Amino acid sequence: MNVQQRSGSGPMAQSPRSPSSQPPYLTVSVSDPAKMGNGVQAYISYKVITKTNLPEYEGPEKIVIRRYNDFVWLRDRLFEKYKGVFIPPLPEKSTVEKFRFSAEFIEMRRQALDVFVNRIASHHELQQSYDLRMFLQADEQSMERARSQETGIFKKKPGDLMQIFKDVQSRVSDVVLGKEKPVEESNPEYEKLKNYIFQLEDHLAEAQKHAYRLVKRHRDFGKAVNLLGNSEGNDLGKAFADLGAKSEVLSVKLQREAHHLLMNFEEPLKDYVRAVQSIKATLSERANAFRHHCELAETIKFKEIDMNKLRLTQSEKLAEAEREYEELKADGAEATRRFETIVKLMNEEIVRFQEQKTIDMGLAFHEFAKGQANLAKGIADAWRSLLPKLEACST
Amino acid sequence: MMGSENYHPLQQEEDEGIEQMETLTLDANNSSKDDDISISKSYSNYRSAMTTLSSSSAEHPLLSPPSIGVSDPLLSVGSPSYADVVFTPPESTSHVDELTISPRSQSSSSEADYLRISVLNPQKVVEPSNSIVPGGNTYITYLITTNTNISDYGGSDFSTRRRFKDFVTLSDRLSEGYRGYFIPPRPDKSVVESQVMQKQDFVEQRRAELEKYLRRLAGHPVIKKSEELRVFLTVQGRMPLPTSIDVASRVLDGAVKLPKQLLGESSSVVEPQDAVQPAKGGRDLLRYFKELKQSVVNDWGNSRPPVEEEDKEFLEKKEKLLDLEQQLTNASKQAESLVKAQQDMGDTMGEFGLASIKLTKFENEQAVLHTQRVRAADMKIVATAAVKTSRLYRELNAQTVKHLASAAFFFLDTLHEYMGLMLAVHNAFSDRSSALLTVQTLISELSSLHSRTEKLETASSKIFGGDKSRNHKLDELKDAIRVTEDAKSCAVREYERIKENNRGEIQRLDKERQADFVNMLKGFVTNQVAYNEKIANEWAKVAEETSKYAKEST
Repeated sequence: MNVQQRSGSGPMAQSPRSPSSQPPYLTVSVSDPAKMGNGVQAYISYKVITKTNLPEYEGPEKIVIRRYNDFVWLRDRLFEKYKGVFIPPLPEKSTVEKFRFSAEFIEMRRQALDVFVNRIASHHELQQSYDLRMFLQADEQSMERARSQETGIFKKKPGDLMQIFKDVQSRVSDVVLGKEKPVEESNPEYEKLKNYIFQLEDHLAEAQKHAYRLVKRHRDFGKAVNLLGNSEGNDLGKAFADLGAKSEVLSVKLQREAHHLLMNFEEPLKDYVRAVQSIKATLSERANAFRHHCELAETIKFKEIDMNKLRLTQSEKLAEAEREYEELKADGAEATRRFETIVKLMNEEIVRFQEQKTIDMGLAFHEFAKGQANLAKGIADAWRSLLPKLEACST
Repeated sequence: MMGSENYHPLQQEEDEGIEQMETLTLDANNSSKDDDISISKSYSNYRSAMTTLSSSSAEHPLLSPPSIGVSDPLLSVGSPSYADVVFTPPESTSHVDELTISPRSQSSSSEADYLRISVLNPQKVVEPSNSIVPGGNTYITYLITTNTNISDYGGSDFSTRRRFKDFVTLSDRLSEGYRGYFIPPRPDKSVVESQVMQKQDFVEQRRAELEKYLRRLAGHPVIKKSEELRVFLTVQGRMPLPTSIDVASRVLDGAVKLPKQLLGESSSVVEPQDAVQPAKGGRDLLRYFKELKQSVVNDWGNSRPPVEEEDKEFLEKKEKLLDLEQQLTNASKQAESLVKAQQDMGDTMGEFGLASIKLTKFENEQAVLHTQRVRAADMKIVATAAVKTSRLYRELNAQTVKHLASAAFFFLDTLHEYMGLMLAVHNAFSDRSSALLTVQTLISELSSLHSRTEKLETASSKIFGGDKSRNHKLDELKDAIRVTEDAKSCAVREYERIKENNRGEIQRLDKERQADFVNMLKGFVTNQVAYNEKIANEWAKVAEETSKYAKEST
């Protein structure tokens, strides 16, 4: 998938050492899912093909083999390193064994992984990541080593994310020092954003649930229509035979539309939900950074008080205290800088996100409407073609 | 205004008819909201339509001539309501013109040999009792009006009063006289207590049933010409048809024992209007077919006991019918799942639409950026179309259920008719077999008598003048044999005649059935076309309005 299509994040950063006159490009595709291994250990591997002229990359084309967990690794590394950026979401890890290897599931996952990598490759910050380069180029053994070194710290489950917010709430009640220090931002824009994201998730989840059901209904309808064709009344053979043939046609149309709906409508909606969940993770990082900055600010204040006390008593501990104080101040400045970076990034990200979502959903709606229009028209045409034959029957 | 000297009753009637037609057309249009009522009327009209065999050419469904007797509320809505059952166009009436369905309502005025009958005006009659038992004899009489052009009737308009007992008599006489033909069954005697008889509802129901019955008789090509029917319809005062019961009424009783459900008028069956409730629609179809199964079982019990000779044809046909019954049961299950699937589709589409509308409102309220409002607007278009589509699916489903339920009735009807025909032939066959047996018995008696006679003659030739009493006995025997042989020939001829009648009836039924079924299919298919076109248009509009996203992406 080509870089320019996927996001409105602006042109890629030009590398000053880029030798060719060609504009820089980075194209990635995820394809050719293949089942590897046997039994419980079995998994699906994907071919990741990178085409680029960027100097950081080895050669114009590279093909590597990756599995789902490698993508998870990449996502986690980026989440750690690029706080404030909305990391593109990954498709869910399906725990239902039977479903895990169904052809439709594999195709859906492949598509989602392709979208994932391309979003990273076209994001002006993320595309410069070393981890991305590692992911796209490292041989399989190095990749496996890197993956196994990953500890649980970076693996955040959705439950953990919510816990962070819960901790924040409980800490508010813990603070009985009489100091009016908020442990969460009281900035109204932030409040509004947080509420928006949480409510949006609920609304989207409901819409997506119905979209999922709609897919199922199409399949069921297809089956039911097919059955009707199989029942024959021998005495009225011809009329029934035609009806039966049409039912077969209709059944196929319905099943096809079910698949089309799944891939082009329900999946984008699910992707939207995942993106919102990813934003929630970023929100929690922001909250963490804010808390960290607040705690340090508090610690610095106390340190200052201590220092002044030591100055008054002219203790020999003063020098050490002063050194510690300077360190703390540096840490504090760093924490504040980190927090402010996150805020700045998030403000940009939310605009980018909204723009992109309008485009994504617009396309999804269009596909939905197109599919439904074609289906209904196809059904009408199929039935209409029966009328002349019925006409002949009655004469 | 009638300046001409000649009185043209037919012409006047046509004029009145046209006025009535116009009224009815309006009524039919207005009734489209009254789904519940119109459907039960549809069924009652469908059933009366089913019985009338007319060679009416394709007529515009809304302009078929109405029946006389507009005071009947059941009739005042869309006389050829089969068309209602078949197709109710969504908003547009253009599709109606495309239909060339010919509902077999009461004969058009251009038809030869028609009988237009109405049953009206139930009245309670209290006869003072002549017996020891105190209290009078109470019963209801109905006014039967007839308009006809059959020459045998010697007139065009008749009216007379009849009570239910008279209908029973008529029915009995017809089955005796028309063996081998399918005689439409009369309404049940049923368990009616005199208290119940007073009730308005029951009386009205019975009136409707009696009317349907007479119209079915009038629609039968042979029976409508029958003397029995003519007497019933025209003779004033007490009905002169004999009421004796004989063998033939056994056949009738068998037919009458068929569950009321088959007649579609019992309240123990879910009323057709209930069948329209989308959620229940499919399940009721299954119920109709279960009842069919039961009625098949009941009916075989009423066939004559098996005779020495095996009626192979009968047994083959019985197998075929049981097969068909099984097929229909399967078909009903499949129809049920189709209805359910269609219903679910509509419901889920609607739910999706509503969820999307909520999301739209949310985005609009919370919007910080312009792009959010754009997205909300797009979503609103989709949501609106989804809700509209959901409503269209619901309408389509209501129509589908109507069609399928009407198909269920149709099959029940057909099977009922076939069974009646088969039983009639089977019973005639057993009559013939009895007659043959009787003859055989007599013949063997005769041969033993002959041998005795020979011995006697040899003996009596020696006596002058012979033995008078023995000669007399011989002559008697020979007479008996002759008579019995005649009776046997009669029975055999009768059987053959009945079989022939039967064959004709089955052919006629087959043709009718075919035509009816094809019409029903046409209606079902036309509906699917119409609604799916509407749905396609809705979504095509949305696709057009969101097409900018497609261009951006490619």
